[in-house]
Amino acid sequence: MKNLLEINNIVKKYGDFRALNDVSIHIPKGCVYGLLGPNGAGKTSLIRIINQITMPDSGAIILDGETLAPHHTAQIGYLPEERGLYKSMKVGEQALYLAQLKGLSKTEAKKRLKYWFEKFDISAWWNKKIEELSKGMAQKVQFIVTVMHNPKLLIFDEPFSGFDPINAQLIAKEILQLRDEGATIIFSTHRMESVEEMCDEIALIDKSNKILDGKLADIKREFRTHTFQVGLHTEKPKEVENILRESFEVFPSNFKLLNDSLTLNVKLTEGNSSNDLLSFLTSRGEVQHFVEVIPSANDIFIQAINKNS
Amino acid sequence: MSKLKLIIQREFIAKVRNKSFIMMTFLSPLLMIGMGALIYFLMQKNDEKIKKIVYVDTSEMFSKEDFKDSKTIHFLDYTALGAEETKKKVEEGNYYGALIIPKQDSLELLAKSIEFYSKDSPGMSLINSLENKIESKIRNKKLNNFGIDLDKIKASKINTDIKMFNFSGEESSKLINGLKIGVGAIAGYLLMMFVLIYGTSVMRSVIEEKTSRIIEIIVSSVKPFQLMLGKILGNASAGLLQFFIWGIILFVISIVASSVFGVDVVEMQTAKVPAEQMEAVKAAAGGDKMQLVIQEILKLPILKMFILFIFYFLGGFMLYSSLFAAVGAAVDNETDTQQFMMPIMLPLILGVYVGFAMVINDPHGSIAVLFSHIPFTSPIVMLMRVPFGVSWYELIISMALLLVTFVFMVWLTAKIYRVGILMYGKKPTYKDLYKWLKYKG
Repeated sequence: MKNLLEINNIVKKYGDFRALNDVSIHIPKGCVYGLLGPNGAGKTSLIRIINQITMPDSGAIILDGETLAPHHTAQIGYLPEERGLYKSMKVGEQALYLAQLKGLSKTEAKKRLKYWFEKFDISAWWNKKIEELSKGMAQKVQFIVTVMHNPKLLIFDEPFSGFDPINAQLIAKEILQLRDEGATIIFSTHRMESVEEMCDEIALIDKSNKILDGKLADIKREFRTHTFQVGLHTEKPKEVENILRESFEVFPSNFKLLNDSLTLNVKLTEGNSSNDLLSFLTSRGEVQHFVEVIPSANDIFIQAINKNS
Repeated sequence: MSKLKLIIQREFIAKVRNKSFIMMTFLSPLLMIGMGALIYFLMQKNDEKIKKIVYVDTSEMFSKEDFKDSKTIHFLDYTALGAEETKKKVEEGNYYGALIIPKQDSLELLAKSIEFYSKDSPGMSLINSLENKIESKIRNKKLNNFGIDLDKIKASKINTDIKMFNFSGEESSKLINGLKIGVGAIAGYLLMMFVLIYGTSVMRSVIEEKTSRIIEIIVSSVKPFQLMLGKILGNASAGLLQFFIWGIILFVISIVASSVFGVDVVEMQTAKVPAEQMEAVKAAAGGDKMQLVIQEILKLPILKMFILFIFYFLGGFMLYSSLFAAVGAAVDNETDTQQFMMPIMLPLILGVYVGFAMVINDPHGSIAVLFSHIPFTSPIVMLMRVPFGVSWYELIISMALLLVTFVFMVWLTAKIYRVGILMYGKKPTYKDLYKWLKYKG
């Protein structure tokens, strides 16, 4: 089985409102899968359906070859965007309770919690109440509660919000390590730089529809504009630029080089290849900079959403 | 261990560990007894004050014999002083009031022209007792005028005391009727209080989970229905625990108190019985009140009542707390609950009113019977009726109706609960709640 999770033709209606419109997403085993989309696109609805918090009106979900059923909750870990724990309950008791709800026995839960509490160096908090902890501390407990039952599928909704950069780094490292140990991770976020950093594949949901999905590298290729950043050391920059315009589309540059070179963004036109551009440049001067502009996740996000609307 | 059991356990422990639960459980029986003792003490104090009443009898019909001093009233004959002087004296001095009996030609006129002056307006019982005294005197006088022998009338007086039995051979009396009313009323009222207190506790707990946002984590592990049911059952167990502790505390205290104060406790208990019944007690038993009361209490179907209390508490609580849970799920904070609380409270209050107004007068009247079958009022009204003896088939119908209704209500409210716990922001309208019922899963 290549895919851990197959979401097939999911429709979810709230009254007359369609929160999800025939959405299908396939998530391969052992990857970090970015679930992206603007606010209100339907991400949370989809995540809730995967968690069996709500049921779809139609469509099917297959987890590791089996149709999603109540006993699968033990194989899923979920960190919701809006975090929360019982404020007046002690950290340890609370974690034990939640672990047992996920199907761990009490002794097993204690063992796992001990491991994680030591790993995060928070054993001293065991008997503290959540209301006595800072927000960042509570977030760590929350993270442990999400992963302690070794789920096959982990769903993180904005996992870095509320963490300072150091702890965010720590959590990112943990998430990637969990992936390397075999877990599959759904990662929902608005922070595109963390998408670049973490995700192997992404899906983009907008207005209840999936508008894009696939490997991040493939999508980037799909969104490539065949534009190159070019830096050329030449005696006659004006002349070179004018000749370039005859065979390529030329835009003003948006980057700086160390010396006084001619800098341009050049887009290949029909029938041109990057080699053509490069040989043109080498014949006119000394090439100092030649880089293809790779669309960032942010660019892709904005472009895809704008196209959809 | 099943998830439901885990949830019940957590809810139970969260409730029982709460400081207010501990306070309520151990302090309120003491408080109740303290209040009872205080009322009894005040009643004693109130009675002890002797009222001095003077009378001016110009008709010369009455004598000291007719105005005998009682425990609380002391009569003084001021006829010699004259009406006007007496009134003045009473107004200035330390007297309660003045009864002025003028001289009249006929007894009929006399009966209409007697006056009573006092600084404060007198209580009804005082005026009644004065009127009784005067009436009987004038009646005797008239009987005398008709030539009827008073002694013969006295001799013809006879007291009837109908002994009441039901067909199962239990003997009943006015005293036991009073006790039945008392026990039934206390049970019904207690049940309402329990349902209300623990129902709102369920509601608060739902709101807490919602505002602390842990709800989404919990429902990713368990079904919302399981969580709601666990919450209700956990709180019900805490309620039962409190009820048992109260029972034990009251039992211990009454044993201790009766050995320390002896008779006082008996009088406190009889004080709860309506005045009419007290007379019956005194008349029937004289000094041996304690024994009689205990005997009569033992005649009540205590075990049956206890079991029924537990059943109706659980049934009524499940019914109402599922509604409370739905309300808690629908709103974001406690201040928004008002609008939805009213329709829940109404039937509860109605139950208590119907119980007090109808059951006490006629425990098997059609209204009492009707309300002891409607599931929203049956827990209260039926408990009030049970001491008077309710046939098994009526009980079974009422219990079955309650059972069916609460299962239905739990199912219905779970639908609202399930949607509501994940909704934040705008306070929903009833129309929204109706819409939620139709959402899938």
